[in-house]
Amino acid sequence: MAINRILSDRRAALTRRAATIREIRRYFQDRDYLEVETPLLIPAPAPESHIDAFQVGSWFLHTSPELCMKRLLAAGYDRIFQICSCWRQGERGKRHLPEFTMLEWYRSGCDYLGLMEECEAMIRQVVEAADYGTNFTFHNQHIDLSVPWERISVREAFLRYSSVTMEEACKRDQFDEVMVEDIEPHLGLSRPTFIYDYPAERGALARLRQDDPSVAERFELYMGGVELANAFTELTDPEEQRTRFANEEKYRRSIGKPPYPIPEKFLNELTDMPPSAGIALGVDRLVMLLLDAAAIDEVVAFTPEEL
Amino acid sequence: MYSAADLRKGLKITLDGDPYLVIAFDFSKPGKGQALYRTKMRNMINGTILDRTYRSGETFEPARLEERAMQYLYKEGDNFCFMDNQNYEQIAISEDLLGDSKYYLIDNLMVEVLLFGDKPIGVNTPNFVNLRVLQTDPWIKGDTTGSDSKPATLETGYVLRVPPFIEEGELITIDTRTGEYSTRVKG
Repeated sequence: MAINRILSDRRAALTRRAATIREIRRYFQDRDYLEVETPLLIPAPAPESHIDAFQVGSWFLHTSPELCMKRLLAAGYDRIFQICSCWRQGERGKRHLPEFTMLEWYRSGCDYLGLMEECEAMIRQVVEAADYGTNFTFHNQHIDLSVPWERISVREAFLRYSSVTMEEACKRDQFDEVMVEDIEPHLGLSRPTFIYDYPAERGALARLRQDDPSVAERFELYMGGVELANAFTELTDPEEQRTRFANEEKYRRSIGKPPYPIPEKFLNELTDMPPSAGIALGVDRLVMLLLDAAAIDEVVAFTPEEL
Repeated sequence: MYSAADLRKGLKITLDGDPYLVIAFDFSKPGKGQALYRTKMRNMINGTILDRTYRSGETFEPARLEERAMQYLYKEGDNFCFMDNQNYEQIAISEDLLGDSKYYLIDNLMVEVLLFGDKPIGVNTPNFVNLRVLQTDPWIKGDTTGSDSKPATLETGYVLRVPPFIEEGELITIDTRTGEYSTRVKG
């Protein structure tokens, strides 16, 4: 018997994980997406208020491949995907690892609604091809992937599940708390839920809705109350993007977080970026959901504590 | 001083002058939002349960508890009696204050009694204790349909799942931090 019983017992989960990743690759390759590998170590991460990068020397481990992938889009690569490790400081819990595996894909000529459809089709296809069937149970919730997935705006979700409106929660600086305590537990219970149209200030890299600039064209996918993916219709206006980065950076400094260099090359090339949509999906979380794991720990070979 | 990022199951903090034990903890971070530390805490004196959500940056005073090495003697009614081997002082702690620790108390076990001021409020058992299996179903060899564990009742009344090869009368080691089976004691 192996000395490290916990690790040897993870074989089944790691095998399922590999099968899932294989099917994800197959899905995108079959649809003419180019698989890309962008550098993991970068000089300037996207400044986001609540995401902290690990610094290595004077550079950073990327927190997502977003900026480099958008530079590829701007250079004419119109359908790209990547599966890679990402790092975020201070994120550790049942559904969080400071180093985790992200699937990101971008498509030009598409908006967040188009990406919702593709996301739904991709997960259905992958889950079936990887032999999980069309439905599964996660933490005693039976989730059926075969019925049309739920779509609800953030504004509607606040009305339905909480005692404050979205605008009121933002004003009181309680958006995150209400989201976590009152709303998330209702999302994606019997079928996956897309929750869309986030308050404008919560989509630093997203385009605002033209008919309602108080919200950003952003959605998140939830299954079993677990956040699985985040997507935007991408902001392609370099000046607007520069202003938003400056605001995020200002907030970061106001709470004593280290400053990030401005990603100048990205901002310069953004001019060339066609209308596009992009999405980031937590691969560990997808496997965790499909295997009904109690914690994300069960679907990776090693957690940081085990190293 | 603890910060929200230090919160974890088992941490003891002071809130409004009372010691609280964190009994459940969940790190949350709604998409692109801030880190939230959702905690369920038990008042270590009166057992009240509190649900609180903290943001990173919030700070807490640790609960100042005295730990005294004592030996477990016996159970009397709902009370468990312990003795300080230095001065032979004895104290009784009620079953409900002990929580799951009561399942690990075998005669003469050395534990740390937790005192908040003069008041005993609980005990810390060693991380591993050896307990005898009182009852468990025999292992049917060649049974390939069964699961890889079965229930067993231990001498303290504790019921847990053990590997199928464990037999009645055997001594097994329990990890008291998780309450789970750790290993079989040979010989």
